[in-house]
Amino acid sequence: MAERGALDYLVFETLAERTVALANVEKLKNPLLGYNAMMEDRFTACLKFCSDQGIKVLTNMGAANPEAALKKTVQIIQGLNLKPTKVAAVIGDDVLVYCLAHLQDLKIMETGLPLSSLKGEIVSANAYLGADHMVEALENGAEIVITGRCADCSLFLAPMIHEFKWRQDDWNLLGQAQVCADMLECGANVSGGFFADPGYKDVPDLGNLGYPFIDIEASGRCVISKVEGTGGVISPAICAEQMIYEIHDPGHYITPDVVVDFTGVELKQLGPDCVEITGGQGKARPDQLKVSIGIKEGWIGEAEITYAGLGCLNRARLAEEVVRRRIDISGLKLQELRVDYIGLNSLHADASTLPQVEPYEVRVRFACRSADKINAQKLANEVETLVGKGPCASSLPRIQVREVLAIYSVLVPRADIKTHVVYEETR
Amino acid sequence: MRFYLRELAHARAGDKGDTCNIGVIAYQSSFYDLILKQVTPERVKEHFKSLVKGEIRRYELPKVHAINLVMENALGGGVTRSLSLDPHGKSYSALLLSLPIDVDDANAQVLLQQGRKPLVG
Repeated sequence: MAERGALDYLVFETLAERTVALANVEKLKNPLLGYNAMMEDRFTACLKFCSDQGIKVLTNMGAANPEAALKKTVQIIQGLNLKPTKVAAVIGDDVLVYCLAHLQDLKIMETGLPLSSLKGEIVSANAYLGADHMVEALENGAEIVITGRCADCSLFLAPMIHEFKWRQDDWNLLGQAQVCADMLECGANVSGGFFADPGYKDVPDLGNLGYPFIDIEASGRCVISKVEGTGGVISPAICAEQMIYEIHDPGHYITPDVVVDFTGVELKQLGPDCVEITGGQGKARPDQLKVSIGIKEGWIGEAEITYAGLGCLNRARLAEEVVRRRIDISGLKLQELRVDYIGLNSLHADASTLPQVEPYEVRVRFACRSADKINAQKLANEVETLVGKGPCASSLPRIQVREVLAIYSVLVPRADIKTHVVYEETR
Repeated sequence: MRFYLRELAHARAGDKGDTCNIGVIAYQSSFYDLILKQVTPERVKEHFKSLVKGEIRRYELPKVHAINLVMENALGGGVTRSLSLDPHGKSYSALLLSLPIDVDDANAQVLLQQGRKPLVG
């Protein structure tokens, strides 16, 4: 896309809810890390095209360490011998110190309780920043803008505000722009990814999926499409799926930059893989920003074993009985235990439709949560020893024990979050 | 005639914490009324059994003939702590599409012409 998309801006949006918390853990181990591990590969692949064509780049690949990402990017640019480039990093989404100082008065959105009610080590607190500082960086001539945690859509909104000199309180215009940004923020999920259902929603050449881009005018008129010759599909149907994805009240979707109203949005097919987006509206942005809190909250132990052939389901059920008995005898301390029969009910539990005949094979999965590593490990070990002490004729078990890094959200007044931009220019 | 919702609509599920949302979009506008009348929070709650422990709210997006179902306490305690193999609930859209819908004669004819099969029994 960088090569053939005739782009003005290229955005890499790479952070899921927990990614920054994981990156913070990595940064604690090594202060030079904590940015996206794929950044070097991605920039090495595309920055030459961007430099040659004057395409500006925005990304949240800074994750927990935008400053380190900035330094790394400068090295990559020098390594590629590109023309002088101004790189910016937005600093200040890390509000761990602030949150630790306000444990009593910050309320957890999920539980309504104060932050101090959480048990476990808080390892990160990152605010979802808006477009403001990215716009500032672009105004100051930055060609590459790197952020940590920010609202996904803000990465797309910032270039629009910068190019069109939009007032940052023209809420209806920002609402429409945000709808367009929302289409792009999951990458190929609007151009054929996570959409195909053979015979119902067919997607051509899914293995060679093209990424989407938008053409937007100062009026907010917007058309979404993808590079010709790539696989995938862009239609009103997939745009509607992407638009509703992860919103709650469509008339009141809160972002740092604007509160969006999706209810009037219309999607019109203009041609093959080409859809016009109109009708987005907005209201004034909120005074508080959402902050994701990462906390170490115990351990998860998992183990799986497969039975096949005649009587497989009975052997699988006996395996469950054996493990439950072993948990009792050994006195394992588990906060929660879950047993799934993969192939029968592992994703939808009691809401699953069960087959009329016995399946040819079934995989039993045990998963537990415990306060410490030892109990999670012991559960996994009990499943592992089924091969010696459980029912006959199974696969070898696979086990995994991992630490839980849970995420909670709090709201912090915008004015309390101090952000700034740093720059470096390559020669 | 009865058909699975899958014949009338497509869907995608999203997650935020312990809340799952499913956007349900009618394949054509003539199906939208059936969805509004029959894909109610009460029916969805019953269909999802123990998976959804909290309230279900429904929002309407008539211009794209879609609804958005927002289901609380639906992701095993939250994406980051859940013991499920599908902590994000991304497969919940497929479960929703197995909801049976009573379809009027005119729309049933449309579906049959598209080669869609009604439910038997």
